[in-house]
Amino acid sequence: MVHSLAKGTLVTVEVTALAAVVGVLLSLVAGSLRSANSRLLRLPAAIYVEVFRGSSALAQLYFIFFALPLVGVTFSPLVAGVLGLGLNFGSYGAEVVRGALRSVPVGQREAAVALNLPPATRFFRVILPSAVPVMLPSLNNMLIDLLKNSALVSTITISELTFQGTLIRENTGATLSVFAILFVIYFALSSVIDAVMRLAERRSNRALHSPVRTA
Amino acid sequence: MWHWSVAWHVLPQLLHGLKVTVEATLLGSAFAMVGGGVLLFARLGLPRPLAVAVRFLSELIRRTPLLVQLYFYFYGLPSLGITLPAFTCGVLGLGIHYSTYVAEVYRAGIQSVAQGQWDASRALDLPGTTVWGRIVIPQAIKPVLPALGNQVIAMFKDSALLSVITVTEMMATARSIGSYSYDYLEPITVAACLYLVVSYSAGQLIRLYERQQYAWVN
Repeated sequence: MVHSLAKGTLVTVEVTALAAVVGVLLSLVAGSLRSANSRLLRLPAAIYVEVFRGSSALAQLYFIFFALPLVGVTFSPLVAGVLGLGLNFGSYGAEVVRGALRSVPVGQREAAVALNLPPATRFFRVILPSAVPVMLPSLNNMLIDLLKNSALVSTITISELTFQGTLIRENTGATLSVFAILFVIYFALSSVIDAVMRLAERRSNRALHSPVRTA
Repeated sequence: MWHWSVAWHVLPQLLHGLKVTVEATLLGSAFAMVGGGVLLFARLGLPRPLAVAVRFLSELIRRTPLLVQLYFYFYGLPSLGITLPAFTCGVLGLGIHYSTYVAEVYRAGIQSVAQGQWDASRALDLPGTTVWGRIVIPQAIKPVLPALGNQVIAMFKDSALLSVITVTEMMATARSIGSYSYDYLEPITVAACLYLVVSYSAGQLIRLYERQQYAWVN
């Protein structure tokens, strides 16, 4: 029992971490596109955000896992799970990124233009770094939501923590203790996320407000 | 391949499922709106050790998957001698989970009431019930409504999870059509679109309300 719960926990961590990577990248891309000047760039990002925020995460997972194979696109359960959770995460994250980019004072952009920095440098070295500390508190909540949502992939045959828990329940009938253990493990994992993200918040605030470093 | 005829054919069944989805969401929301108030006042009004316990329990509920909580009500409660119908478990699960979020929404709303209102109430020596019932809560309602609406929409989308505890709402209907016809494409796509249509239009209504509320600012 301990062995299979440990295995399940590892898979939960793996799925959450992979989906977080996919989700954060998508958030940055879609959030930046939504803040772009060109309507041609804003529109696809807006459609992506509205579609994935608007429908149910479970429906998205089922669509990727059950429906896409019928049009010839088949993924392994793990890839489908990571993709589904990541796409869902990205749609919420894009709004966080957009808000954070908007919070960067206009002066930063103007100064970067005045210094004649090329657009890419302007964005990646000036605007984005100032926006990151603003994103982190929301990112903390979103990562905890992602951990909670990772339980959904148990319904597409991935043997993560919830899946292992239901197996043990069916085999041993130790229903209450299994659920108690699941709650404790998820709570502990979310506390780890919370602690790490708070540390990151403190670090990034310090980095942003520290004296200017060259090189 | 996609067939419009199949999509058209499954629509009535899915709409029937949507009705169950909406019912569960409305009942769950009513539960959460009351539960959120109870939780907040328990935290503010109970003696300290009890208030800490309530707070810890809320955190536990907020930070663990709704799916596991639903399994707990459906499979766990019977071993405590409490057996509830699947739909009731679902409403209970949604309601309790979202109570913890609604409590935070209420708290933010109450904090948005200016400190001067509290000071003035105290200066006038108003009794506690009057302060809450006539001064604070009426002013907190307007800023709270949009956030509350967003919670209802989130619950609507999460209610798809009730399908795993045998409630035949929209997602379960889509899956069962798929499993007997060997064709998941149309039912799941149409169901996903129905979620999108309902939650997107509800979201637009909330934005409209917000714009009206803050129209005077511009």
